[in-house]
Formats: sequence, C-alpha cells, structure tokens
Amino acid sequence: MASVTLDNIQKTYPNGFKAIHGVDVEVKDGEFLVLVGPSGCGKSTLLRMVAGLETVTDGSLKIGEREVNNVEPSKRDIAMVFQNYALYPHMSVYANMAYGLKIMGLGKAEIDERVKNAASILELTEEQLERKPRELSGGQRQRVAMGRAIVRKPSVFLFDEPLSNLDAKLRVQMRVEIKRLQESLGITSIYVTHDQVEAMTLGHRLMVLNGGNVEQLGTPLELYEKPASLFVAQFIGSPAMNIVDTKMHENGNEVTIAQNVSLALGGGRLKDRAGQALKLGVRPEHLVISEEGANTLPLIVTLVEHLGADTLIHGHFGDDKTDLTVRCSGTQSVKVGEKLPITASLDHIHLFDPATEKRIEF
Amino acid sequence: MIENRPFLKFIEHLVLILGVLVVAFPLWMTFVAATHDAARMGQVPLPVLPGPHFFRNLDVVLNEGLWGGDGSGVGYMLVNSMIMALLIAFGKIVISLTSAFAIVYFRFPFRMGFFWLIFITLMLPVEVRILPTYEVVAKLGMLDNYWGLTVPLIASATATFMFRQVFLTIPDELLEAARIDGAGPFRFFKDILVPMSRTNIAALFVILFIYGWNQYLWPLLVTTDQSMYTIVMQIGRMLEGAEEAPQWHLIMMTALLSVIPPVLVVLFMQKLFVQGLTETEK
Repeated sequence: MASVTLDNIQKTYPNGFKAIHGVDVEVKDGEFLVLVGPSGCGKSTLLRMVAGLETVTDGSLKIGEREVNNVEPSKRDIAMVFQNYALYPHMSVYANMAYGLKIMGLGKAEIDERVKNAASILELTEEQLERKPRELSGGQRQRVAMGRAIVRKPSVFLFDEPLSNLDAKLRVQMRVEIKRLQESLGITSIYVTHDQVEAMTLGHRLMVLNGGNVEQLGTPLELYEKPASLFVAQFIGSPAMNIVDTKMHENGNEVTIAQNVSLALGGGRLKDRAGQALKLGVRPEHLVISEEGANTLPLIVTLVEHLGADTLIHGHFGDDKTDLTVRCSGTQSVKVGEKLPITASLDHIHLFDPATEKRIEF
Repeated sequence: MIENRPFLKFIEHLVLILGVLVVAFPLWMTFVAATHDAARMGQVPLPVLPGPHFFRNLDVVLNEGLWGGDGSGVGYMLVNSMIMALLIAFGKIVISLTSAFAIVYFRFPFRMGFFWLIFITLMLPVEVRILPTYEVVAKLGMLDNYWGLTVPLIASATATFMFRQVFLTIPDELLEAARIDGAGPFRFFKDILVPMSRTNIAALFVILFIYGWNQYLWPLLVTTDQSMYTIVMQIGRMLEGAEEAPQWHLIMMTALLSVIPPVLVVLFMQKLFVQGLTETEK
C-alpha cells in the first residue's frame, strides 16, 4: 500500500517532442485514479513513466516515500496490466503468473499459494491454469493478465487500457470486476483509458489530459458538473455537450443565443464581459422540449435516434444552423423536419471564454 | 481446389506422380547401382532393377573402401561429416541468436552500422574470400581439425537477419511485462525469446545442417589428413581416384549412405520446419 506522488513530471523525447508538460498529482493510498484523454494526449506515457518503462525527463516521482525516478520497473513495487495482455505465449497460465514470483526468489509453496489464491479471486479453474494463453478467450486472458498483477502483491496497480481489446458486453462485465477487485484489495491504482464511460464509472478521481497538459483533475461528478474547460466539457459526457456561440448583452445580464432568444443569467456578475463573445455549453440531457413561447429555441429536427431508454434528437436552429442535440428520456414521437421549442434550465448552463477556453463562473 | 471433379483429380494426381518420378528416378538409380557388382555396372544398358549385392557392397564400403585404397572404410567420414554439420548448425544458431538479440534489443552506438556490416557479409560467401580465409585459418593452426572445418562457415548473416525479423514480430509489451516481472536481459533471452523462436530455430537447424553436411570446397582445402575427410569430399575423390574405371557400385553406395543423415533430419523435423517457415502469429 502506498501513495504515488507526481511533482512537476515532464517528458521530452530525444527528438525534442514534449509529451508531458508538467503534471502534479498525489494519488492517495487506496485511491483509483483514471487518466483519460484522446489518443496522443500523453496518458499512456505518463503511466509508463510511473511504471518505469519510460524515463522521467524532469520532476520527481515518488511511490510511497521513496523517489523512484531511476529505479528499475521490477523494484518499484508495481504491477501492470497491458492493453494486449502481454502474456508469454509459450508458458501455461500458471507459469505466466508464477514467472515474476520465481524471479523474486519465492519458494515453490509460496508461489503455488499465491497463484491459486489469485486464480480463485479471478474465477480461473485449475484446468485453465494448465492451458496456454492462446487457448483462452479474450476475457479469460485479461483475467490472467490481472492475475499476474495480483500475485505480485504490489503497492500500485497500473492499467493501460486493459479493456479496449474486449467486445462491448465483456467490457462492461470486466469493468465491474476491476472495480470490485480494486475495492476489495484496496490497492492504489492508476488506470488509463480513452473511454469516458469507463473513466467515470471506475475512478475515484479523473485526470483529463490534453496535449500533455492536465485539463482538469477531480471526481467524476465534479468534472461532469463543473468542467474547467471547453475540452473537458466536450470530452466528459455522452453525447457531447452542445456548445453554442453567444454574445453577452451590453447590460451584462443576458446572453443572446439566437435572434430574439436570449437568456438572463449572472445577476449582473458578468458586467466586465459586457458585449463580449462567449461560448455557452449545455448538455443534451439538460435541454427540454417545452411549450411554445418566448425565449425558446426553435429546433428544426434533422435526425432522431431511438435508444430505447432515451431518444436523441439532433437538429439545428438559427440562421447559421447551429447544431444541437437533445436527449429526452423514454420514447418520443418526433419527426424529421418538425420544429421543437427547446429550453434549458439556468443551473445547467456552462460559460466558457472563447479565447482561453476556460470556464467562466457566474 | 475445392471442386470435386473426377477428371481434375486424375490430372492432379498424374502431374504429382510424374513429378515424384522425375525427382525420385536418380535416387532410384543410385540405389539400384548400389545393389549390383562391378561387372554388371560396366555393361550397357544400366540395370533398372535392384541386384543381389546390396549387403556385400555395404560391407565393402564401410570396412574396406575402394579397391586400391588404403583399406579403411567410410564410416569415420560419416562421423566427420556429422560433427562438422552439427558444429556449423549449432554455431550459426547460437551466434546469430545472440547477435540478433543485441541488434534488436540494445541501443548501442553504431547499432545500424553493425547490422549493415553483418548484412554485407551476405555478399562474401566462403568461395569469394577463400584465399584470405585459408590464410587466417592456416595461421591460427586450424588446418586438419574440426575448428578449421567449421569456424569460417559459422558467421552467418542470413540467420542473424532471420532472427532479427523474428524478434521484431515479438510485441514490445512482452519485453515490458518481463521487465516488470524483474527479468534482466539474459533471463528475457533465455526464458522468453528463445522459447518463442523455437520453431524458427528448428527450421534453421534443418537448413543449416544440410548446408554444413553438403560442404565440399572448403573441407577439400583445409584437410590434408585423411582422418579429417568428410563423406561428401570422399565421393568426389572416389570419382577421380584410380586410373581404372570408377567403381560405380561402391561410389553409389557411399552416396546413398551420405544421403541418409540429412533425410533423417528432414523427416523428424518436418513439422517444426514447416511451422518455423510459415507461422507468423506470436
């Protein structure tokens, strides 16, 4: 059990490409931290630096109280689960799990006990332990890869997109298992994914990375309710948040969304932005179809997706045909080409500065 | 062909049978010649059916040698050939495995330079560099022994290149998993790389064993002591040896004997051989 402390961690590749621009975070003992972001954002690089598979260019990396910048991966007291499982194909499942322990110099009885124990946690049968990885299904291989991590009894688990090779149904099932496992073992975990649903459901805290910078660090709900930037706002939540270009009225009290449609907000607290352009964000699930009336957006429906539990209505409004997605619960009988009056409640509106893309509190 | 048409099947088999006949006929003639005596082999037309002298010829070849020879058989030459072929095969595999390991997994200065240097030696087989190589071997005092027979043939660019390609197909994650498991370079090599290249090693062994076994020119140069002669050399020497007509029945028996070890190697390692050359999944 240990915490992981990253202090101004940076990574510059020999060719001059800067992958990580300084990350600070303290992963508390037993915490589940998820690194999330689009591909190429540096999340895997960061994880591999913690694992010791990439060198740290600058900054200090601590596992527990010990600085491990220059410590071999095997000496860092970590275990890693790889995206493509990285099982040794010529070894049986048992030998795969036992290999690291053998190198550690543990006795046969101890190894046997640990492997059997991990197998029972992961519901791998005795018979499966004797098989080769290629004779197992994807989900079982993923279990073996986790077993190989568990038997090491590490202080930190590192997961590098472990579920992205599985089909959708299995992914949901394994997600639950990973969550349960982490909670019962209480081992500090860092998990990399590009899937925001996985991130939201697994993590105690999420770190959203973009281009090697930390966009936001917080609990899943913090990220959902108060995204710190336009990037986080659009990355977290599915379907993505609607972003509409607006303009703050000269009185500093209301924004103009479309012709004749404006929204009063801020209670005068945004006076210094009077007359400025702003980006307004509202999630599809926070838009409602209301009665025809003043201050509703006339949405012209272009596409309706029936998901069963929900209905997604895509459409546009205004002269510049701004796209908007609305998510309604249940089945809605809406037809393409129809004009719907849309409103949003003030609590669920986010404002962003178009230049810095940062959140504006109001 | 998935279609089931009797006429096509007939043609297929006809072509295959003709092919087998063409390939097997010289072997059959060798065998037939080895079963007759010298007198029958001197008459035309040559026999196409086996005669009664197989075991007599075998006995002569193994225990007496040719008429007019020194009276020793070819048995020790088979042993020489075997030792030479095995040393060449194992030596090449060990050297190329380790050099491919170095080139693929270690970052050292002029890494690619070394790789191309090894690669360039493909253009310099023994036949091309035969005089300088002979000079070196002679000065090292390796004439007339197994080292002289094998060492110059061992350095191998083809095998190094092949293992490099094999190692490149092994995913990096395996190396990383091994590093996290605490395996150092040597352990990774021994526990993971070599077992994973098992079929490729076997395939290469078959090829190299036959390559070593069939060496003719080089053994001819570096051996003057008859006790170091190889079987393939001996077949050549038998043809030009005496003033009289070649003793075909004994030469063919020797040829037959010299074919057996490579055939056995191919037969027993056939499955691994095919896997090693075709299997790509790691």
